[in-house]
Amino acid sequence: MNLDTVIFFAAAVVAVFGATMMIAQKNPIASALYLILSLVAQAILYVQLGGLFLGSILIVVYAGAIMVLFLFVIMLLNLRSSDDLGPPPPALGRFTKYAFGILLSVELIVIVKAARMPSKATGVLGFPVEDFGSVKAVSTQMFTTYVYPLELTGILMLIAVVGAVVIAKKENNAQVSDDSGSDRPAKKQVS
Amino acid sequence: MLEVIIISSIKVLTVVIVVLTCCAYSTLLERKLVAYMQHRLGPIYAGPWGLLQPIADAIKLMFKEDLVPDRVERTLYTLAPILSFVPSLLVFAVVPFSSDFTLFGYDVTGVISDLNIGVLWVFMITGFGVYGVVLAGWSSGSKWSLLGGIRSSAQMISYELSYGLSIVGVILLANTLSMTEIVGQQDSIFSWYIFRQPLGFILFFTCAVAETNRAPFDMAEAESELVGGYHTEYSSMRFASFFVGEYANMLAASAVAATLFLGGWQGPLLPPIVWMMLKVFFGMFIFIWLRGTLPRFRYDQLMNFGWKVLFPLALLNTMVTGLIVMLTNGTN
Repeated sequence: MNLDTVIFFAAAVVAVFGATMMIAQKNPIASALYLILSLVAQAILYVQLGGLFLGSILIVVYAGAIMVLFLFVIMLLNLRSSDDLGPPPPALGRFTKYAFGILLSVELIVIVKAARMPSKATGVLGFPVEDFGSVKAVSTQMFTTYVYPLELTGILMLIAVVGAVVIAKKENNAQVSDDSGSDRPAKKQVS
Repeated sequence: MLEVIIISSIKVLTVVIVVLTCCAYSTLLERKLVAYMQHRLGPIYAGPWGLLQPIADAIKLMFKEDLVPDRVERTLYTLAPILSFVPSLLVFAVVPFSSDFTLFGYDVTGVISDLNIGVLWVFMITGFGVYGVVLAGWSSGSKWSLLGGIRSSAQMISYELSYGLSIVGVILLANTLSMTEIVGQQDSIFSWYIFRQPLGFILFFTCAVAETNRAPFDMAEAESELVGGYHTEYSSMRFASFFVGEYANMLAASAVAATLFLGGWQGPLLPPIVWMMLKVFFGMFIFIWLRGTLPRFRYDQLMNFGWKVLFPLALLNTMVTGLIVMLTNGTN
């Protein structure tokens, strides 16, 4: 048992624990926090595999920005427990989630088996590539071999941004036309 | 191996103690400076020039009763001060505070960890800083706190983008993410990145003020509208940890600004550590100066400023710098 193995198992256990607790919690804020915990553990796993850049980006983007956005939305809607989300789904809906859960788990096991992954957890030293996972190596790959997928992703995101602006704009216009004429906009029609 | 562990531990301990002491005395500095700006005297009774005031404050806070209101969510309420305090200290792990030196026959590097993604580390950690404020606001079970927390999270999302983009210019010019190497490149005053990235520096500092929740961006604790904002329900040492966390964040932002833009510990005549402290002090002075001079933003102004002024400017800065670096073939 060297240090790498210990860190791997600790991080793996925390990642799975966080993910499990996330779906088991009633309080949405606690769910979000467990997801953050899971993300941090995953980042540690990435770093252990030599993906230093990938791990840090996971933290900066997901744990640092996207989860703050999630928390913001949860707080803005003031969801204190899952009861605030409305009545529970009917019996059929509750059954489908278990069915899909089992189906996806089976699929995951089959894929992992089929991929024939090495059974031993290898640390950073197990990699033959010089500079593997460093910012330079990742960006070189991204801007040479994978430049077209990267640019396509960029266009996709641009479309998403334009879409978001259009949606936001529409609501804004409706509100402005509703409130026009009065000095202090009365916002009572929000149901 | 053992030697490395011992040296590192001593370094970590020294940095933590120095940073915490600086935090305590930053409060005095702020009160004194703001007092002079407003033609007052500030604290004068505890010791000469009020020098013992931070110690008196600390003792007072420690002996205060720790009030926990009825409607708080215990776990998060306890966790929040820790989450706001710890990240601010972690930033100092990658800040080079001195050149390498020899002490008692041992070679010591002037940084706790020379991470080759040091700049990314800074942004990883500052991204975490917001959770303390947000969770404090949420778990207090008070509407003032909740409003403070919501404001803070919206503000953080808006300013984090410009914050990250503002230093891309420096990274493009430096061609590295290691803080130590960036300092190494600024060996004469003319090669300080503030002269090659003036817009970048202004953007960085503006966003840093917003990220640390300081006036004029202190919407999260706006005392004239939200009582105390996210820390309304906190008392005693829990309150103190928010306070220390805020000052440690300011110190961290000043230290990062000094490292990236002002040449870090580089400077003539005086020892490196003194130069670093002077530059951090300069950053702190600007923080306090801004607080003493500018009125608080209105919330919509804050959002407009972030998205419609800072963000386009940061993009422009990145684009122009990228073009110049490309045209000069990466050498500058």
